[in-house]
Amino acid sequence: MPHFWDGLLVTLQALVLGSLISFSVGLVWAVAFRAPTRFVRWPVGLVTEFIRNTPLLVQLFFLFFVLPEWGVQFSALTTGVVAIGLHYSTYTAQVYRAGIEAVPAGQWEAARALSLPYRRTWTAVILPQAIRRVVPALGNYVVAMLKDTPLLAGIGVLELLQRSRLQAAQTFQYTEALTVVGVAFIVISYTASLLLRSLERRLVR
Amino acid sequence: MTAGLWEHWVLPGIWITIQLTVYSAALATVVAFVAGTARTHRVWIVRFVAGFYTEVFRGTSALVLMFWIFFVLPQLAGWSLVPMWAAVLALGLSYGAYGAEIVRGALKAVAPAQREAGVALSFTPWQRMRLILLPQAVPEMIPPFSNLLIELLKGTALVSLLGIGDVSFAANLVRLATTESAEIYSLTLVIYFVIAFLLTRVMRGVERKAKAGIGQRPAPGTGVMRKLGLRRQNETAQLPVGGAGGASL
Repeated sequence: MPHFWDGLLVTLQALVLGSLISFSVGLVWAVAFRAPTRFVRWPVGLVTEFIRNTPLLVQLFFLFFVLPEWGVQFSALTTGVVAIGLHYSTYTAQVYRAGIEAVPAGQWEAARALSLPYRRTWTAVILPQAIRRVVPALGNYVVAMLKDTPLLAGIGVLELLQRSRLQAAQTFQYTEALTVVGVAFIVISYTASLLLRSLERRLVR
Repeated sequence: MTAGLWEHWVLPGIWITIQLTVYSAALATVVAFVAGTARTHRVWIVRFVAGFYTEVFRGTSALVLMFWIFFVLPQLAGWSLVPMWAAVLALGLSYGAYGAEIVRGALKAVAPAQREAGVALSFTPWQRMRLILLPQAVPEMIPPFSNLLIELLKGTALVSLLGIGDVSFAANLVRLATTESAEIYSLTLVIYFVIAFLLTRVMRGVERKAKAGIGQRPAPGTGVMRKLGLRRQNETAQLPVGGAGGASL
């Protein structure tokens, strides 16, 4: 079943790239939540709340159909990866935020007492302590993203679900094709959750 | 945007989205309570079945599940489902599995001594659940449940891929019929945002009501009492007069 493996490859590609985008953009949001001026904090809060409270599928449609009108043309897969990454960045931002808030206030004061510059306070003191704690929670969102990759079928990306559907439409064997996809998702996400549990045991003590 | 599209697709689309959300939220809540309490059951086979259900439905993608119910179930079972009910079934079972974990967590968070106290008073298991566990667990469940409802609302957008005329489907139609994709998709995003916002407000009210319930009575002069213009009566005034303790009067 070559269609299965090709589809799985695209799904995993979208997952890895989407995760990378969401991890890095989420970190930017999280640091911006703590910006010294409210002219940064407020717009960032508004934008992230908006993205979080609207469906990923409609965001996909928006990016896929509206951006070309504005003269920005991406492939379907790129659009999908960007949409998933942006959508989940608003979730990972909350995770990072919890991690940052868990860093004791004394660490901020110590950085200030050493008169560390703003950027170095973040990069050398706060983030190394914050990120370590939140890695397992970020992993949960990787699993969530995996389960949202079938949405890319909505804009015509040939990922696992879409390929299996096309295959099924040729052979009329919907039962086999769709059951295989469902089982594949359960297997991957269950394995991932087991991995996460062991990672959690190692990182959070 | 032409007036016809608005009247025939977008407004009914909003209505379908709301209906879908309400029906699947109701199903998800029932499923969550059944599966969540089953996971705390004494008999291992009940726990196992409930655990298997939550793992499977949490592990797979809601869209794949929806396709499976829509395309495969009719083939296997030999009867057909109205698309709307296939969608409600998929969303309800999928989000019910997440809800089951919330219910289980909240039930586990009630101190074991509370259950033991119920046993000591020779309450039946059903009485313990209804009178002791749920009143304490339900207020704990509400904040995660309102998050779940928002997720469910966003999940309803998936049904547009089955061709059900919800608001996302209407948006696609309008894009095809007109060239105003920027407007219609922005509007659609705003519609979801507004519904989500209203949902959050409603759930906050529900949370306040539940917290004001058993065991967490508001302080005198606050909340409902103040709204009704009532003041809690002096405690001594409520002592029974002429009862067993009042004989000396």
